[in-house]
Amino acid sequence: MNNETKDPLLKRLMDNTWLLLVLGVVIPLISYTLWGWIELGTIQPATLP
Amino acid sequence: MSLAIPDRDWYKAPAGAEKLWIGLALLWCFVMSVMMPYWHFRGKQNSRGEAYAVQPASFLERTEKFAAANKVGERNGIPIVEPAPGGDAYLIGRMWSWFPILKLRQGETYRLHLSALDLQHGFSLQPLNMNFQVLPGYDHVLTITPTSKGEFTIVCNEFCGIGHDKMIGKILVE
Amino acid sequence: MSSATLPAPAAPVLPDAATGFRRCDTTGLSVCLAAQKFIKLNAVAAVVFLLVGGIAAILLALTRWQAVHLLPVDWFYRILTLHGLNMLIFWILFFEVAVLYFACTIPLKAQLYSKKVAWVSFAMMLTGALMVNTVILQGRADVLLTSYLPLLADSKFYLGIILVAVGTLIGVYNFFATLYFAKRNRTYEGSMPLVTFGATAAAIIAVVTLLHGAIVMIPTFAYSMGWIGQPDPMWYRMIWWGLGHQSQQVNVCAMVAIWYLIANLSTGAKPVNETVCRGAFVLYILFINLASAHHLLVDPGVGSAWKIWNTSYAMYLAVLASMIHGFTVPASVEMAMREKGYMKGLFGWVTSAPWRNPAFAGFVLSLMIFGFIGGITGVTLGTQQINIIAHNTLRITGHFHATVVGGTSLAFMAVTYYVIPLIFRRDFIWRGAARLQPWLFGGGILLVSLGMSFAGSLGVPRRDYDIENAGIFGPAAHLFLGVMGIGAITAVVGLLLFVVLCVGTILFGEKNNGRAMADWGTAKAMVGSREGSLAHDHWAMKGTMALTGVFLACFAVYYFANWKALADVWPVR
Repeated sequence: MNNETKDPLLKRLMDNTWLLLVLGVVIPLISYTLWGWIELGTIQPATLP
Repeated sequence: MSLAIPDRDWYKAPAGAEKLWIGLALLWCFVMSVMMPYWHFRGKQNSRGEAYAVQPASFLERTEKFAAANKVGERNGIPIVEPAPGGDAYLIGRMWSWFPILKLRQGETYRLHLSALDLQHGFSLQPLNMNFQVLPGYDHVLTITPTSKGEFTIVCNEFCGIGHDKMIGKILVE
Repeated sequence: MSSATLPAPAAPVLPDAATGFRRCDTTGLSVCLAAQKFIKLNAVAAVVFLLVGGIAAILLALTRWQAVHLLPVDWFYRILTLHGLNMLIFWILFFEVAVLYFACTIPLKAQLYSKKVAWVSFAMMLTGALMVNTVILQGRADVLLTSYLPLLADSKFYLGIILVAVGTLIGVYNFFATLYFAKRNRTYEGSMPLVTFGATAAAIIAVVTLLHGAIVMIPTFAYSMGWIGQPDPMWYRMIWWGLGHQSQQVNVCAMVAIWYLIANLSTGAKPVNETVCRGAFVLYILFINLASAHHLLVDPGVGSAWKIWNTSYAMYLAVLASMIHGFTVPASVEMAMREKGYMKGLFGWVTSAPWRNPAFAGFVLSLMIFGFIGGITGVTLGTQQINIIAHNTLRITGHFHATVVGGTSLAFMAVTYYVIPLIFRRDFIWRGAARLQPWLFGGGILLVSLGMSFAGSLGVPRRDYDIENAGIFGPAAHLFLGVMGIGAITAVVGLLLFVVLCVGTILFGEKNNGRAMADWGTAKAMVGSREGSLAHDHWAMKGTMALTGVFLACFAVYYFANWKALADVWPVR
């Protein structure tokens, strides 16, 4: 195997604990928490027709 | 070997039966991914979470006004209230009762406003088994169409204190 | 003995306490003594809280079984709170910390990063748990596990949970630090073993979980002390479930890692393709936490797009991961068994598997219950629209007893049949009873889950003391609550047996220092068979293919049946 060739991207991701930690924290924080927080923050007042 | 360091060249593409399974599973996941948006646009039962911010006291006042204006009877001290077809109906959950008793017409669509005065409550309509969350401070609006007649029971299914299991309401559909 | 199926020891390690290591007499692996100490401490604490939760369980089941209706109303909700916290938080988190300490040291020949940090973690977790249990039993926190605002508990309830969360986070820090130094000091070369990788996934998800715990509990604690106004109840729900559900996803990773471990120890199984298994764990890491949204599907304030995207685990990629493990784990066992010569028909490898080994039996039961019952119901009930006919009914409770109890807890029990002999170095007492235990517990929980699920389909609410007041639940509902009751009795007997076995073995079990542990039953290679003989046959796992085919069919049937049931209710949006 050519020592100059880099491992494929997925393998490098799997071997990189720190990157997995960052992604694993950031993705749900944005998709679930932040987005949800914004949804709740942008609720309109009731008009109670 | 799961406990041992894998061989240097462990990284390889799936093959054979494993690959087939991954493909089948992916296909199934795709089918499931499509179902929810499909039902959102074409299905009749959805939970969009339509809601507005409200003070419990304001919601109570509005509901009492609605009940007084549309009262057609009473049962056990709770008014039976018939909203205008196609109009707004108000329902309060509070420790430990539902107010008022709504009388609806089959086939008509209503905007049902749900809110709580004190704690979280669970609106569970039986025997249909339709369930929605009711919170203080939130006017949770359901655009709902009764398609069956009869007497329906509201069971509270969110814990709200010692009287929780006695928090039973009614919706009548004619 | 079983050295044919276990890894050969790597570099020789002096069995000298001065080096901080000892050599395992069964596997030949080097065991960090500090890690061993804290695995023991955390495992023992875990079982103590399991016992508390188990006693609570039988009291609750015999109350919801209306024919018995054991507890009075206030104690029902109190014990329900106790049950939730001890089972879903204390038992699970303590055991998980033990798993983490194992996974970052022994497979990597590494030393635990810090004993002091481990002590701080343990002390905080224990103090927090005791504080919470005390305040619950004093009647000052009748708020259930979820403690939904505006319900308010005594401040010590929230403080205790914060302590447990922070303590666990410190244990997780110890795990990551150990990994870091193991890599830097080159205690191993190449990629980490699969079990460690699974534990890493669990640890990453634990970080997300505990972050949410801090975000929700600190303001709620402050509110309970009167320092700030009440946090919004809907916001509370959303953040709380970032703690509540994601803690269960930590469980899933730990459970799957344990499946691979037990498969390896009992049958010599190894992953058919490491990339596939690891890839599945990566999907967990990236996407599994999104699905906390499935608790909020019929809530106001969060819209359809947020609900659909998040509850789908990002287009079901994390569900794909579970389905992948559902194939690779049995496939690894099948391949190992076939290579040993057990080739008869489609399922000869199953009948010849070491069923008398309680770890193996528990592992298989865990996998089947989790997959077939827990997984299928979970994904279905977590569909935005189908949730309308399930939210807050016993269907939900039926689902999670299959996953967290039949799945995770049973897997944790199963691995204990190796942990005590290998880490505490005592062979189990009452081996006949031990072989029976997973079946009692698994069978009981299966009935609990089914009883609850069917009752819930009839509309029976969860967290409800007395359904008679509704006046609408008939004999069928009561029948299913009775099934749940019988199942609970069986399961709790299985649980108590497990606790007695563990305590009895730790105190009185025969020490096995200096020799391999007493073998529960390990698959033996037949004469003439050769390890690795099927390495290039990518279609040999025919039994697994049949099994997963049946699984997919069940899934599709259940899933579409629920859409049909939904279509029958009133239109609503």
